[in-house]
Amino acid sequence: MESIPFYFLAALAVLAALGVVVMRDPVYSALALAVVLTALAGLYVLLSAPFLAAAQVMIYAGAILILFVFVIMLLSPGREGDAPRGALKWQRPLAVIFGGALVAQLALVLLMTILPTGRGLYTPEYLAQIGSTQAVGAALFTDYLLPFEITSLLLLVAMVGVIVLAKKKS
Amino acid sequence: MTVNHYIFLSAILFSIGAVGVLIRRNPLIMFMGIELMLNAANLAFVAFSRQLQSIDGQVFVFLILAVAAAEVAVGLAIIVALFRTRQTVNVDDVNALKG
Amino acid sequence: MSLSVPDLNFRVIAPALIVALTALIVLLAELVTPAPRKRWLGVLGLIGLLIAAGATVGLWGAPASAFGGMVVADNFGLFLTLVILLGAALSILLALDFVRAHRVDQGEYYVLVLFAVVGMILMATATDLIVIFLALELLSLPLYILAAFKRADARSLEAGLKYFLLGAFSSAFFLYGIAFIFGGTGTTNLMKIADALAKNPRNDLLLVGAGLLLVGFAFKVALVPFHWWTPDVYDGAPTAVTAFMSVGVKAAAFGAFFRAFLVALPAFAFDWRIVLAALAVLTMTLGNVAALLQSNVKRMLAYSSIAHAGYILIALVAMGASGLSSALFYLLAYTLTNLGAFGAVIALSDGERERLEIRDWGGAARQYPFIAAMFAIFMLSLAGFPPLAGFTGKFLIFSAAVETGWAWLAVIGVLNSLVSAYFYLRPIVQMYMSEPVPGWDRIRVAPLVALALVLALIGVIALGLYPTPAIVMATGGFLR
Repeated sequence: MESIPFYFLAALAVLAALGVVVMRDPVYSALALAVVLTALAGLYVLLSAPFLAAAQVMIYAGAILILFVFVIMLLSPGREGDAPRGALKWQRPLAVIFGGALVAQLALVLLMTILPTGRGLYTPEYLAQIGSTQAVGAALFTDYLLPFEITSLLLLVAMVGVIVLAKKKS
Repeated sequence: MTVNHYIFLSAILFSIGAVGVLIRRNPLIMFMGIELMLNAANLAFVAFSRQLQSIDGQVFVFLILAVAAAEVAVGLAIIVALFRTRQTVNVDDVNALKG
Repeated sequence: MSLSVPDLNFRVIAPALIVALTALIVLLAELVTPAPRKRWLGVLGLIGLLIAAGATVGLWGAPASAFGGMVVADNFGLFLTLVILLGAALSILLALDFVRAHRVDQGEYYVLVLFAVVGMILMATATDLIVIFLALELLSLPLYILAAFKRADARSLEAGLKYFLLGAFSSAFFLYGIAFIFGGTGTTNLMKIADALAKNPRNDLLLVGAGLLLVGFAFKVALVPFHWWTPDVYDGAPTAVTAFMSVGVKAAAFGAFFRAFLVALPAFAFDWRIVLAALAVLTMTLGNVAALLQSNVKRMLAYSSIAHAGYILIALVAMGASGLSSALFYLLAYTLTNLGAFGAVIALSDGERERLEIRDWGGAARQYPFIAAMFAIFMLSLAGFPPLAGFTGKFLIFSAAVETGWAWLAVIGVLNSLVSAYFYLRPIVQMYMSEPVPGWDRIRVAPLVALALVLALIGVIALGLYPTPAIVMATGGFLR
């Protein structure tokens, strides 16, 4: 029975995502984001990707979100002004229309499309048998070796950059 | 439960994130909107991966997690550095640059 | 479970590897370099770029792919690699004195430039959407930091923040596009996408993905209506950084843009050519009209770079061998010319003060006859006056458009070039016709900046007078 947990997690994710963008106080937005990220981790389990679910909780909900909360605490930026100012006045309804149009268009495409069915090796049964960690790891160090190495450079750049920006002025 | 449901959910999350970036003026919340968009893409990758019975989508998500972590570190560092010089993070108060 | 490692042909990514290695060496050397000698780290970076250029030339003419078809060393990619390395080397030359004048003399500056170059090279040579995305991030992250590098200056930090938010926003669109293309075809490899499309031409998921991908690319190369971050970021970022990103990002992003659309999506060409033609018209026209209204040189150059993206887009609409080679030639000419223009702004600045307003340039021709003459030539080349590189580039692009039946697009391009002449000539008139502005005394021009300007000038004139070798090199095309 996949549908009950799916609808529960999906509803949770959508409500929390709305919370992220409408909350006035960034701390509440961050908490709502934590709910979205955890709900997505649950969906990954349903999609037979338990390794990603664990990574999602550890990296996203753990490391990334904690960083957000730290920065919010550090800056205590407070609330935004109530009335939208200047260009934002007309930007707001336009943005919502744009968002709605995007969803509608994608929904239309999804209704019309029959997704191509894979005849691949990695059926849910096979993944359950070998474990998704091994499958992801094996792909990462063979077919996806180059992308993997690029991400290592990316993390190094981030480290160097953050130190540059945070260093006390000499 | 078909993969279309997951993709539709991902489209909703992506749009909420994109609209959030456009309507909010607090860079921290705009940034959280971007994170929503990335997560929506991740969900789409995992769902398509199941549909195609391939592992590729899951690998992409793992790589994107690393990208997101690097992006967050850099973005928050810029926000903190700006706050230290100006004592504000509201984009509307960032006046030195006119649109 | 048995593992089989794909073809690890490191030779193919040798240029990127060499630059990455150089970045690591500079990063370590920074620890032991005393503060007054930091500029030697820049020199170290220059040496690395030169070696990488040598390796690129060594790969010339023998197209090869590696890592299971994720990167290629075809002449298209190698030409762009050379353009990127050239742009980076000139930017470092411009920066050596600039970072000292602006009191940001840190070795990390060069490290970040070099890492951005690695990302640019990989983006221009990648044939897999995931590698393109990661390379895009690898070039963007250092640039966000470099834009904010002058931490004492709130404008620089604001430029960094704005660039970051917009860059991350567009990356998300890009990524979502990749997700849908993956969903529609089951692959992210450009050649395999084309194969899947040939088997099943009606593919709505892929169409949506291509649209989102287009939005991502449009942000990165600053096409109207996704351009509005450009003037603020170009204006607020330190000028040496602006110079670097205005040329490097364009070369890398256009490289991937061309490759993605021409290799993976030729089956949809009928649809996207019309969309891109409309975008090209909008981009050229709005870029040039907005540039007319600017009084600030950096903002004017920002809008000018938007307009130039529009011209390059014409080459993509034209498709075919002539479109491809004209775009490559144009990117080379634009790199040299634009770096020269920004270099002149750096050359005539007095410490941290820069001649940002066009009226500040009054009488500059009397104070600095050589620099002013070079700046005038760069402006004329951007405007497309013969016999300079900019003219040849425009000529090639417009004739490619006419050849492939897009004559009306070429006409709009020519009209736009005429409009643009007005704002490119304005600083020249100011330099030669006005009196020197009080407060701008003659100071010594940094010799390395002058050297960079002379090198760019030689390139601009040589490409204008004798373009044939570069055109021949640019006709290599893709490895499919």
